[in-house]
Amino acid sequence: MTTEGTPAAAKAGPRTLARQRRRHLAVRFWKRYRTHRAGLVGLAALVLFALVASAAPLVVGSDVSSVTGAPGRPLESPSGEFPLGTDRFGRDLLGLVVWGSRVSLLVGLLAAVLSVAIGALVGITAGHFRGAYATVMMRITDWFLVMPALVLAIALASVMSRSLGTIVLAIGVTSWPTTARLVRAQTLAVESRPYIERAKALGGGHWHIMTRHVLPNVMPLVLAQTTLMISSSILTEATLAFLGLGDPTVVSWGGLLQEAREAGAVSSGAWWYLVPPGVAIAVVALAFTLCGRAVESVLNPRLGVAR
Amino acid sequence: MTADAASAPVDKAGGTALAGPPARGPRARTGASYLRYSAGKVGGAAVSLLAVLVTSFFLFRLVPGDPVKYMTGGRQVSAEQLAAYRREFGLDLPLWEQFTSYCGKALTGDLGTSYQFRAPVIDKITEALPNTLLLTGTAFVLYTALGVFLGTRSAWRHGRLGDRLNTGLALTLYSVPSFWLGLLLIIVFSVGMGPVPGLFPTGGMESGGKEGFAYTIDVAHHLVLPVVTLVAVEYGQTLLVTRSALLDEMGGDYLTTARAKGLRDDLVRRRHAVPNALLPTVTLIFVNLGRTVAGVILVETVFSWPGLGGLFYQALSVPDLPLVQGLFFVFASSVIVMNTLADLMYPLLDPRVGR
Repeated sequence: MTTEGTPAAAKAGPRTLARQRRRHLAVRFWKRYRTHRAGLVGLAALVLFALVASAAPLVVGSDVSSVTGAPGRPLESPSGEFPLGTDRFGRDLLGLVVWGSRVSLLVGLLAAVLSVAIGALVGITAGHFRGAYATVMMRITDWFLVMPALVLAIALASVMSRSLGTIVLAIGVTSWPTTARLVRAQTLAVESRPYIERAKALGGGHWHIMTRHVLPNVMPLVLAQTTLMISSSILTEATLAFLGLGDPTVVSWGGLLQEAREAGAVSSGAWWYLVPPGVAIAVVALAFTLCGRAVESVLNPRLGVAR
Repeated sequence: MTADAASAPVDKAGGTALAGPPARGPRARTGASYLRYSAGKVGGAAVSLLAVLVTSFFLFRLVPGDPVKYMTGGRQVSAEQLAAYRREFGLDLPLWEQFTSYCGKALTGDLGTSYQFRAPVIDKITEALPNTLLLTGTAFVLYTALGVFLGTRSAWRHGRLGDRLNTGLALTLYSVPSFWLGLLLIIVFSVGMGPVPGLFPTGGMESGGKEGFAYTIDVAHHLVLPVVTLVAVEYGQTLLVTRSALLDEMGGDYLTTARAKGLRDDLVRRRHAVPNALLPTVTLIFVNLGRTVAGVILVETVFSWPGLGGLFYQALSVPDLPLVQGLFFVFASSVIVMNTLADLMYPLLDPRVGR
């Protein structure tokens, strides 16, 4: 950071140049991203939700989920005191939805990162090392690809203990194959370029080529894929929690919906119990999808469909 | 299907492209080469089915705890009774023997005995299967038709207000959890809300005591809300794929030629552009059926529809391992069969595919 003041051209070391190039690319990326209105809306929604989730401990506090100290009567409809009404224990639903955003976002994020990491690892190695290894890896990928991911995730979550780690693992382990295929295709494209041959001729090993040449080139794709994956992970998390496979001790949006159904909110017409968690899930999932599509179309303008 | 598993080693060449787009070969499709192509695909599917069978066995043996405890449901039972239960379900044998007997039985269509119903798993499945097929089939036809129709219109007028509204709505519904939408529909249209009276039943498949035509009407009445839920969450994907496939074709020279011939816009779309755009859509439509299989678990649970999905939920809550295992196998193999069908149809639709 000490080079900040001096003219870059004077010191034009490879690192400075690389940094300049990266900054230039980031600026260009942002300029193009800005033209996608839907992507901007999604981004704004995400920033809002991130702020709410990180401010939750200050605004509502963890005692919002305490059953014994519930402030209201069970199943009160929305009022001035409880803007979204109360749940079956008399807890404030607005507070619960805010508090639940932490778990839903965290699990969605972690599961997506895990899934994309597995996918990228399998994809890059299968694209780099050809032969028997790649055949076996792609066979496994194909097999996972034809399995109904949700059914597999449900099965995994049901045989393991009820915890957030289980959910993250169940989603991550079942949803990576699409990423693996995409990354492998991109890796094959990158590795056929002349500069890879040059790197090999200069003595670059497998590790060097994969981390220094292939990885930076597949990174944008991986980024777009992660954004899209978070959206589906959040939906899967809610689904698993709704089926009673989530951690019963934490508050999450899917868990709230399951409680609402168990408490008979449907037959008693307690719509305020059901609407807010579902809307929250839908808005966050939609926001991530919009961002992902915008990123995808910036990186691959030929698609041109996300506008 | 399981009978094919024996001939699995036939597959060597064609099996690797199970789910990917089939490779484009030279234009020399003869009967023999199509046969070889399909033999490869079917062989690959058989290997996958076998793998599913193995996974479904070992996955559910990972369960910590004693399955016999679940069976007794916490009641006080003597050690002799526990031993009797173990013998009844073959749980006293070593894992390896359990596995070989499981595989042997599965090949003859015997998937074990359900813990909670005390009935053969295969009977429970065949009982529920027609109900699921009715629900999924109806929803599948409707959402595919709706998705292709709206996707075509959207692409043809792309960038206009109608297109933006269409894609926006599809993306929004795509992000909505199906079970939540189902619950809301029940509140609004079954329980009744404000001025809206309860129009549809809250769940189940029939009210009972009806015969003939009245029975059909009754089932259709029960079918409305679950089908609407499934269609709403599933049509978006078909719409988006049809739209982007058609957008890819829009620049094609042959469309300009067709217009230059003086064809009406409508005809250019229906006769020239759409048939070409449908090719990638067909694959996706079949792959989508896999997603629908999963979606059906939730929709059936929410609407208490007496199908496979509802059964899966019931089995999970016990957990009734043989039933969960059997249903897992059915769900996974239905997806594999659908994918294989798509692969087999592809060369018939597009002569460039599969030599």
